[in-house]
Amino acid sequence: MDIAFIIEKFILVAVIFGISLVIAMYSTYAERKVAAYLQDRLGPDRAGPFGILQPLADGLKMFMKEEIIPTTSSKWLFIVGPGLALLCACIGTAVIPWGSPMLIGGKVVPLQVSDINVGVLYIFGVVSLGVYGVMIGGWASNNKYSLLSAIRAASQNISYEIAMGLSIIALLLMTNTLSLKEIVDQQHGFNWNVWYQPLGFLIFMVCSFAETNRAPFDLPECETELIGGYHTEYSSMKLGFYLFAEYINMFVSSAVMATLYFGGYNYPGMDSMATLLGPTWAPLFGTAILFGKIFFFIFFFMWVRWTIPRFRYDQLMNLGWKGLIPLAIANIIITGVVIAIIEKF
Amino acid sequence: MESLSNKKKVLEQKPLSFMERMYLPAIAKGMGITISHLFKKEATVRYPEVEREFSANFRGMHSLKRDENGKERCTACGLCALSCPAEAITMIAAERKPEEKHLYREEKYAATYEINMLRCIFCGLCEEACPKEAIYLDGPIVPADYLRKDFIYGKDKLVEAPLEMKK
Repeated sequence: MDIAFIIEKFILVAVIFGISLVIAMYSTYAERKVAAYLQDRLGPDRAGPFGILQPLADGLKMFMKEEIIPTTSSKWLFIVGPGLALLCACIGTAVIPWGSPMLIGGKVVPLQVSDINVGVLYIFGVVSLGVYGVMIGGWASNNKYSLLSAIRAASQNISYEIAMGLSIIALLLMTNTLSLKEIVDQQHGFNWNVWYQPLGFLIFMVCSFAETNRAPFDLPECETELIGGYHTEYSSMKLGFYLFAEYINMFVSSAVMATLYFGGYNYPGMDSMATLLGPTWAPLFGTAILFGKIFFFIFFFMWVRWTIPRFRYDQLMNLGWKGLIPLAIANIIITGVVIAIIEKF
Repeated sequence: MESLSNKKKVLEQKPLSFMERMYLPAIAKGMGITISHLFKKEATVRYPEVEREFSANFRGMHSLKRDENGKERCTACGLCALSCPAEAITMIAAERKPEEKHLYREEKYAATYEINMLRCIFCGLCEEACPKEAIYLDGPIVPADYLRKDFIYGKDKLVEAPLEMKK
């Protein structure tokens, strides 16, 4: 544990943190642009060329707004809520392998903050902590709509976490490891997990839509029923934190999907590229590929949002408990049987 | 009972088939529809930079016309004010002096002529009522403003530019 190691990790953390904040910032812009183009409109185009400075304008607006803390709220929890939401969204990025080890100045640097051997479990833990931000915020607001929204968020997340966990188990049966780094390395080239686990991926994707509270599962914050839900009482940058947390969650779950099922930084023809670009630039190219996949998933999130209408609450529960969980269990059984047969012969 | 008009249709709700209950084909179809809109031309007109083409009979801001010699056509007869259903038009008539002969076409003219653009409903009855073809609603959209008094347009804004300035 020398000082160089600490500096290296510190730089890596700072870079990843910065990148995820910038991506979250521009996701708000992308969301509005994608929404506009899917609806034959133009979207924001006033701030800078093509409206590229719109997120800055939005951020400035958030900072300048009056900070209101309702007198009937529990003040401490009211402040903790958005902070917790943003914190939980951000720390998920720590275990995701962003690239294969990179050679910088004669030193091999792994492009992953920490390769813990229970990476998948860590992601799950962080994701399920994320709902506490919503719950605490909704409870502390002392507003019935916020409370309803917090209850919805909690029950929705619990219901879909089960199906999500079960869909991952089928994947883990194949990979025999919980370390995200090893899972990615097993998917070398074009040997992606999604070819072996299409059903598992589908379940995982639907569940991550639910976990990030995105449409069509955005019941906790639906404007028409709950006037904004858990962030009804929030203003200024606290509201900004909640909105930001949603976009960072989207980024992280896109990264997890790309890592677990779409080979992370692996791409077909990566070996010839590695010899062509050398040990410094080839990992960076892989990272760019990973970000390409992530951006596709973020776009997919937005694409779905403008296609499918919101579920009714009972439909949400039906889909989760009667649809996805039995499917996930069936997936585990099939995977287990197939693996047993392959190992036998 | 038998329907007399024969227009009645009996609807029956069939239970969803397995494919329909799976939702996925329908979702894929819907995603296809939304993505096809990504490549369609957007309907937006970037207003201050680009203006939409108006139809030929569009009625915009009023203008008080001049004749071919550059004299004001309006004689302050008041028929426009009388015909105006919103009572947006007021005017004060005056007699033309001999030295003003090159300014006004007839012996009587409008010393002041005001249209309250907040009252005006752009119906075009004033231009129909005018016997001298002096007023037409052929201008652009009346611009927005902050104060009510700024919407009362006088002759400075309404009268057409003199002939030599037009060229």
